[in-house]
Amino acid sequence: MSSYTELEAQELREDGGPPPGGPARVRGRSPFQLAWARFRRDRLAVASLGVLALIVLFAVLAPLWARWTGHPYDATFPKTGLDPDGQPRGPSGEFWLGADQLGRDVLVRAAYGARISLVVGILAALLASVVGTLVGVLSGYVGGALDTLLARLMDMTLALPYLLVAILLATTFQISSVGASLTMTILVIAFFSFAAFGRIIRGQVLSLKQKEFVEAARSLGASNTRIMLVDVLPNLVAQVTVLTSLLIPTSIVFEATLSFLGVGVRLPMPSWGSMLGEGSDVFQTAWWLLAVPGVLLLLTTLSFNLLGDGIRDALDPRGDRSGGRR
Amino acid sequence: MTRFVIRRLLYAVVVLWLVSTLVFVFLHISPVPVERVIGGPRATTDTLEQIRRNLGLDEPVLVQYWEFLKRLLRGDLGASYINGTPVATLIADRLPTTVWLVVGAGILWFVGGVVTGVLSATRARSVADRAATVFVLIGLSTPPFVMALVLLYLFATRLGEAGFRFFEAGPPLQEHFLQRMILPWIALAFLMIAAYTRLTRGAMLDVLGEDYVRTARAKGLSRRRVVYRHGLRAALTPVVTQFGIDLGALIGSTIVTEKVFGLQGVGQLVYQSIALGDTPVIIGVTLVVTLFVIVANLLVDVGYSFLDPRVRLS
Repeated sequence: MSSYTELEAQELREDGGPPPGGPARVRGRSPFQLAWARFRRDRLAVASLGVLALIVLFAVLAPLWARWTGHPYDATFPKTGLDPDGQPRGPSGEFWLGADQLGRDVLVRAAYGARISLVVGILAALLASVVGTLVGVLSGYVGGALDTLLARLMDMTLALPYLLVAILLATTFQISSVGASLTMTILVIAFFSFAAFGRIIRGQVLSLKQKEFVEAARSLGASNTRIMLVDVLPNLVAQVTVLTSLLIPTSIVFEATLSFLGVGVRLPMPSWGSMLGEGSDVFQTAWWLLAVPGVLLLLTTLSFNLLGDGIRDALDPRGDRSGGRR
Repeated sequence: MTRFVIRRLLYAVVVLWLVSTLVFVFLHISPVPVERVIGGPRATTDTLEQIRRNLGLDEPVLVQYWEFLKRLLRGDLGASYINGTPVATLIADRLPTTVWLVVGAGILWFVGGVVTGVLSATRARSVADRAATVFVLIGLSTPPFVMALVLLYLFATRLGEAGFRFFEAGPPLQEHFLQRMILPWIALAFLMIAAYTRLTRGAMLDVLGEDYVRTARAKGLSRRRVVYRHGLRAALTPVVTQFGIDLGALIGSTIVTEKVFGLQGVGQLVYQSIALGDTPVIIGVTLVVTLFVIVANLLVDVGYSFLDPRVRLS
């Protein structure tokens, strides 16, 4: 815990202390400001935020890459993209990051794939955190039969072989449109993520419920709904933020895995996972089909993980750092 | 104790029943007509009707559900739509490969994770600890299938061209067993080694901060003895618990590794069945794998209640 006291001391120093010859000026700072101040000092977290900003920019500008290169993401260019033997050509002035096995532009496809990864990763994590928080708070606060039911439901979800069930769902509903498969992928990922989330929140609520301020609120005549919304929920904000930010990289990997197996986001919409899946037959001669989506995927998940760790340290300086980096 | 085990067993049965019901429902709301899959695109209406009758699909849904449950109780998982082979036979043929894959990877990740975690905790803030932390971050951020593809590319393709035989593809499993399995083991274990390093390091640091550890040191015991006798033993309890759960769950996640390395395990069976629309096989594998997960969880729960009496009370 020594780092905390150091940090506190530093914060005090930064507040200026009493200026010479004048009374001490105390400036109040909100928890958010304090957290932001701590976050800014975490170089790795700030750097990963920068990397993520670049990836977002890369994704947002996808149509622009397509227009500049003159290569729409689903158009094939057999003449320029493939050599006379039908093998994809590597990075060149025409195809900056090479062409794939059908002569499509890897750069443009990677940019559209980034859109899928980010949208699915963030939406699925948000959905899972909303449902997980709701279930966790209800289960932990209300207790009784509802708690038994919800807790067992969460246990059961965790016991399901998620990859198999996801595949089963995807085959059962034989989705063929890109939009529907996107929604389906998000729902599947959220379904398999909310339980772990809810379990942690439930534990948290169980301990919050015993705290004096909840007892005080109750003795003042506050209703259960009010206690849940006004006393319990605000105390979960830090935990929920951290868990959600760490759920994003997991969701991105989940989507990539499903798409790699051909049961995630449907073709022709490119996703990093499906790019890796489609290219896996020609890696031997075309390393860029492995390197481009692979590196982008790794960079994105790594940055989100570092960002999540940074947010955790910033919001909860007393928290257990032994498990993290540092 | 007995009551606890009985309660957990009952719970396991309920979970299995729910999963099989869920699977049955999926099958019935699927918009893909089963008879089309079997009969092929050129089958006549009569043939399609005949297939439906043979499969009992013309019966009311509840009757079908009852038959489905009765078959399951007898351990009958049905037969493949494509070639009529019993699903149980198909799974039994493929299961050894998957089990070998999971067991080998499990040993690798448990030993790797615990050793790295302990070293990193006992030398906190050293260069080795920092290196381990970087490894953990990269390991936790690398999707397993990307790891598998990278290993395949580097060791099988590039070094294979240079004349090193790190990887042999294709059945049977007994031939060149190590060359066939070592890359898949590493690919499957990589992320888990990272996760277990983090878990062990955290648990070790927690335990080493306990009062009884200080007491043991104050008594004059050597640091080595305290770390390994008092510390490691207590720190391993949560790690072992997690290991049981993960090992069971991993059986269902080998699909990707098997596909990349061309191993003919249960995962490949499912993957191939998806392309063919062979629903009974998909259902069968899902149920068998769920059974594995449940049994693993059950063993962990019961084993844990032996170790820690507090669990039995909850």
